Amino acid sequence: MKICTSAMGVIFRREFSAYFATPLAYVFVLIFLVLSSVFTFYLGGFYERSQADLTTFFNFHPWLYLFLVPAISMRLWAEERSSGVIELLTTLPITQLDAVLGKFLAAWAFCGLAIVLTFPLWITVNYLGAPDNGIIIAAYWGSWLMAGSFLAIGCCMSALSKSQVIAFILTVVVCFLFILMGFPLVLDLFTGWAPSILLDAIAGLSFLTHFQSVSRGVLSLHDTLYYFTMIVVWLAATVYVLQVSQD
Amino acid sequence: MIVIDKISKHFGSITAVDMISFSVSTGEVLGFLGPNGAGKSTTMKMITGYLPPDHGTIQVCGFDTVDSPLEAKRNIGYLPEGAASYGDMVVQDYLSFIADIRHLKKEKKKRALDSAITNMALEKVLWQKIETLSKGFKRRVALAQAILHDPKVLILDEPTDGLDPNQKYQVRELIRNLSTDKIVIISTHILEEVGAVCSRAMIIAAGKVVADSTPDELARQATQAALPQQHGHDILPALNEVFRTLTAGSMQ
Ligand SMILES: Nc1ncnc2c1ncn2[C@@H]1O[C@H](COP(=O)(O)OP(=O)(O)OP(=O)(O)O)[C@@H](O)[C@H]1O
Ligand SMILES: [Mg+2]
Repeated sequence: MKICTSAMGVIFRREFSAYFATPLAYVFVLIFLVLSSVFTFYLGGFYERSQADLTTFFNFHPWLYLFLVPAISMRLWAEERSSGVIELLTTLPITQLDAVLGKFLAAWAFCGLAIVLTFPLWITVNYLGAPDNGIIIAAYWGSWLMAGSFLAIGCCMSALSKSQVIAFILTVVVCFLFILMGFPLVLDLFTGWAPSILLDAIAGLSFLTHFQSVSRGVLSLHDTLYYFTMIVVWLAATVYVLQVSQD
Repeated sequence: MIVIDKISKHFGSITAVDMISFSVSTGEVLGFLGPNGAGKSTTMKMITGYLPPDHGTIQVCGFDTVDSPLEAKRNIGYLPEGAASYGDMVVQDYLSFIADIRHLKKEKKKRALDSAITNMALEKVLWQKIETLSKGFKRRVALAQAILHDPKVLILDEPTDGLDPNQKYQVRELIRNLSTDKIVIISTHILEEVGAVCSRAMIIAAGKVVADSTPDELARQATQAALPQQHGHDILPALNEVFRTLTAGSMQ
């Protein structure tokens, strides 16, 4: 299947502006900003650490995304199915890949916007001290990549169902599994009997494993590659699901 | 030219379309008639490439709908049964979005939008969200979407359903006036519509074609068979009669 950039672009523009046609976008951005500040300043003990950096802020991102990203992705395909718009979209001269990419990129750009809007925090730490801004930029980038992986999973789950509620729950569960896989608690279940290759593979698939280094500002090519692979694989799965469910 | 060769569609144990074959040539306006659940919409969904047929092939303007879907879809304008559109968009933005997807640019786009909007009399609702429109207006927006790129093939599933008498007349005029280089397939439950706009009528029942002829010819057969002569040139009662006899077996 070829990608037609212009068709993808048209879908992207429609989807992106659709976020602002309803209060959804504003509510989402507001919740994201409030929660990330609450997490950072209260739960994260930002002041106690008396260190001017954003490590605590980024450490909470996987947990924030766990509930906020599915709220964005749940409607991507489930809504088209229940409203019947999918029939229109399928009979327009665009490929499913164009539609999947256009919708995904719009959602990802929207997440990026929400992330960028946390810049007052960044200004605050720069006001309070002298953080390493290179680290912060790398962590922002890593966080956005992780949001993309969550979204790609959500995209696929949304394609599976007509119901946005089901899409939301499925996405939370799958994303939670991908976070959990990096926890010692889960890995302990396998240590002892499973070959260490499997152990490494499980830990290596986890969002958390890859995000730990990222939140400290160490963004290796390896981690970037991991997130892009996740995105590609889940979007390919979305196209597959859409094709299979057509008949 | 549309060539349909032995297509079938099953949904679980339901046979929605059962080995239908026919072809439609340029200039024809074909009307699908048939009871609810006969398979009219399913047939249209297969022609437009929404559903792949289980068996058989469909060619639209020389392009196979499964092998070359994009080329086939470019030649088609489609009004789906539910007339679904993006409810969160205003009419103007929605039609402009469709024009962009259809690769209409600048002057061409402007002309296409103007003519579709005038044809469907949408001027008053241009800046209204589609989800807040009345049923008839929603259908008119969906119709405008279908005719926007001046397609060679128009597939309209119950185009006049829910329209007021003026708009019904308008849409029928539109279909009649479409230049002779097009193919139009409509489905309808209004028999007078078939007489008014179609050059060919096809009655579908239980997924099969049970009659395929001109509306006049269908009426003539019915008149000869059962009806007394008094109806004269009014073909409506005769069409009614032929519809009832041919589809009687398929009604549950
Ligand atoms: N997605 C689907 N899943 C299961 N069955 C379906 C589906 N779509 C259609 N059918 C069945 O296929 C048959 C044909 O339906 P179709 O919509 O083509 O009828 P129709 O001729 O358009 O009827 P109407 O005049 O009511 O619009 C019906 O028995 C219907 O229940
Ligand atoms: Mg129908």
